[in-house]
Amino acid sequence: MDPVAAKYIGAGIACIGMGGAGVGVGIIFGNYLAAALRNPSAAQGQFGNLIFGFAITEALGIFSLLIALLLLFAL
Amino acid sequence: MQVDPIHQFQIHDLFPLTNISGRDIAFTNSALVMFIIVTGVSLLMIGASASRAVVPGRLQSIAEMSYEFVANTVRSTAGNEGMKFFPFVFTLFMFVLFANMIGLIPFSFTVTSQLIVTVALSLTVFFIVIIYGFWKNGLHFFNLFVPKGVPKLILPLIVFIEVLSFLSRPVSHSVRLFANMLAGHITLQVFAGFVIMLAGAGVLGWFGAALPFIMVILLTALELLVAFLQAYVFAILTCIYLNDAIHPGH
Repeated sequence: MDPVAAKYIGAGIACIGMGGAGVGVGIIFGNYLAAALRNPSAAQGQFGNLIFGFAITEALGIFSLLIALLLLFAL
Repeated sequence: MQVDPIHQFQIHDLFPLTNISGRDIAFTNSALVMFIIVTGVSLLMIGASASRAVVPGRLQSIAEMSYEFVANTVRSTAGNEGMKFFPFVFTLFMFVLFANMIGLIPFSFTVTSQLIVTVALSLTVFFIVIIYGFWKNGLHFFNLFVPKGVPKLILPLIVFIEVLSFLSRPVSHSVRLFANMLAGHITLQVFAGFVIMLAGAGVLGWFGAALPFIMVILLTALELLVAFLQAYVFAILTCIYLNDAIHPGH
C-alpha cells in the first residue's frame, strides 16, 4: 500500500477512539443532570467532581486525537 | 484556494537576541504574546485593586470574582491548608485563561497550543507536588501509592497502577490543554477555509458559503466555552494534585 495512503487511513482509524470518549462524557453529564434534578440543592457541591471526571474521560479521547494529528502532520 | 490549518501555529522570530553555541535565541511571536498576557493580567489585577472601593466598580468586580472563584476551588478541593498554594493556582489559572482568550482573537497566536508551554506548566506542578510532598510528609508521602483496606494479594498490582497513574499525570495534564486548543483552532480554520473556497466559486457559492460561516460563528462560541473550561480544568487538576501532596493518605 502507498505509505501516504496508509498514514491517512491510520489517522482515520485512530479517531474512532474519540467515540468512546464521547460516550463517556455523555454518561458523566447525563448522570450529573439526572442526579441534579433529583436533588438540586446538592448539585452545586458536586460540580468540581463533575469537571474532574469530565477531564479524566476527555483525556483518553484527546490521546487518540493526538495520535491522529501526529500521523497526519508530524510523522 | 487551499488553506493550511497548521500555519497559525508556526513560531516566527521577531528579532534575534543572542547566539549560544550555534543556537539562535530570538524573541518570537510566542514570547510576545506571553508578555502581552502577563502585562494584561498584571494591569487587570493591579488596576482593579488600586481603588479598593467598598462598592466595587466593573474592573474591581472582575478581579474580585476571579479571586473568589479560584479561592473557592482551592478550598473545596485542597482544604484550608491548600490556601498557601492559592497564589500559584491563581497565577496558573489567569495565565491559561488569558492565553486561551487571546488565542481566540483572529490573527493572534495561541500560546497554549504549543506543547512545550503546557508541558512546562504541568511539569512545574508535578515537581512542586513531589518536592512539597516529601518536604512536608517525609516518607509518608509513599502512602499515596498504598490505598488502605486493599487485600494483601492484589496490593502489588494496585501499587503498580497507582505509581503508573501518578507518573502519567504530567502527560495527561499538559496534553489535554494542548490538544483541546490545537483541535479547536484547526476546526475553526478548516471551516473558515470552506467559506473562502465556496465564496470563490461564484454567485451560487456565496449562498453555500453562508452555511460554514454560521458554523464558524457557532464554533467560536463553543471555543469561548472550551477556553474557559480548560483553564478551569487545568486549575482544578492542579488543586487535586496539590491535595495529594498535602494529604497523601487515601
